[in-house]
Amino acid sequence: MAIRVSELNTAAVEVDSISKRFGELRRAHRLTPWRKAKTPKLALDHVSLRVDTGRITGILGANGSGKSTLIRILATLLTPDAGTALVFGHDVVTGAAEVRRHINRVSVEASFFKEMSPWENMLYAARLYGSGGAGTRGRVEAMLERLGLPLDTLDKPMKQLSRGQQQKVAIARSFLTSPSLLLMDEPTTGLDPRSKREVQDLVTSIRRERAATVLLCTHDLQEAEVLCDRVLVIDHGRVLAEGTPVELIRAHAGPDGGSLEDAFMRLTGKRLEEDEEEKEE
Amino acid sequence: MIGNSLRWELNAFAGFIERQKNLYRRYWAWEAVWLLYNLVSVLSIGYLASGLSSLGLEPGQTNLQQAQLYLLVGALLWTYLSMVFFEIAFAITWERWEGTIEYTFMAPIRRLTHLLGMCAASLIYGIARAALIGLALVFLFKLDLSHANYWAALAIFAAATLPLLGLGIFTSILPLLSPEKGEQMAFAVQGVLLLISGVYYPITVLPGPLHIAGILSPLTYTLDGVREALLHGLSVGGALPDVGILLAMGIVLVPASVWCFGRAEVRAKRLGLLKRSG
Repeated sequence: MAIRVSELNTAAVEVDSISKRFGELRRAHRLTPWRKAKTPKLALDHVSLRVDTGRITGILGANGSGKSTLIRILATLLTPDAGTALVFGHDVVTGAAEVRRHINRVSVEASFFKEMSPWENMLYAARLYGSGGAGTRGRVEAMLERLGLPLDTLDKPMKQLSRGQQQKVAIARSFLTSPSLLLMDEPTTGLDPRSKREVQDLVTSIRRERAATVLLCTHDLQEAEVLCDRVLVIDHGRVLAEGTPVELIRAHAGPDGGSLEDAFMRLTGKRLEEDEEEKEE
Repeated sequence: MIGNSLRWELNAFAGFIERQKNLYRRYWAWEAVWLLYNLVSVLSIGYLASGLSSLGLEPGQTNLQQAQLYLLVGALLWTYLSMVFFEIAFAITWERWEGTIEYTFMAPIRRLTHLLGMCAASLIYGIARAALIGLALVFLFKLDLSHANYWAALAIFAAATLPLLGLGIFTSILPLLSPEKGEQMAFAVQGVLLLISGVYYPITVLPGPLHIAGILSPLTYTLDGVREALLHGLSVGGALPDVGILLAMGIVLVPASVWCFGRAEVRAKRLGLLKRSG
């Protein structure tokens, strides 16, 4: 289905001043000294954004910046403490059932029943999304073939597949349900360069063919530059900047020009690689 | 519109049963081990009854065959009830362990469909496993079922399904409330049910508070009723009071448990407890 020009300017996602805090304030008590004092963590601090229909919007941020929290709120898996989030005009809290019909999500960890095969996992997903009858197997095979996954893996237990293969199945599963809004939380993390390229090509072509809107959280600045129509830089739960990759580079990469990475470093005061190193430690 | 919506939910309902079937098949070695464990547990209760005579009890003092049947019916029913209870109660724990919980909770289906799908799969599997163990008992013990009224036993068994599902759904809330301790709490609930429901003894032997708890447990009426039907030929008409109590308990427990599950889900989403690690 081709994207109509009139649809491009309608909002798929409208987030207005959303805040989310985790943990409740707990002071150390003399009767329970073994319990440590806890302070709540502010994950999102009055975040507002708009994602236009049919666009790929990237969210760039370090670990703990609030990207995944935002994705979870839009996926109706978390409720915000304040503010509103609409997906195709439906509130993620009061209209969660309607929102769920429009979305699917690919998370950084491929969430599967590990003993079940890709086919069994995808059949289960298809059933939850109103299909699963005749023709599903053919669609699954076509999707996996397009992602470069050998078809002899279709009936093997998921645990026998490599991390990259599992992630490809996760992506195929999300596309199988034909979502209008695809929430992708670091979908190419851990993939080899070839697999990464195949996934990126698929995202582009799916957007082109199905008019799907994609919200993509990524650590990969090059990926954001290549795939995204617009990019938001988020840090400590706040949106620091927003625009097309070219606009962000022009505005924030420095007087001599530069890359999206330069713009990110100047905005957040850190490199994404530092964050990766921290994660590995 | 309603037809489409119902078809959508039925399709998802079938999806849960299909998923569980695939999981049981893929984990067949584990399932075989659990079946063996259940079989051995029931058999040991049966042989305990067989050995009562050598513990000083004369056949004239107590009807050993009746005692054996009493204990075996209790053991077999408990195997079934605890398995169904376990499968439903651990539905959330299981999905959290696999890492699929967020995916299932994000699906565009009613929570009732999710829960009933899990319940239906558990019931089918529980009946199949209990039937296999029952078959083994028939071959290994000389059971006197000449007085049994199977229709009455079946009626009570069927009526017990509703409150059992309610209890299972109630317990499945615990891992939603506490990802770290919910699983252990569910085990504790299962243990309490074993203690108070008269699985191996009449609840009249329990001290006051436990006796009252036993009266409130639907499993007590299930065990009592099925025993009466199999051991003493309780008629279908005579089973009606137990059937009525069980249905009434089910009519209260199932909607109440689904409602509470919904509240727990709202809380989990507010506190961010759906994630794998909690």
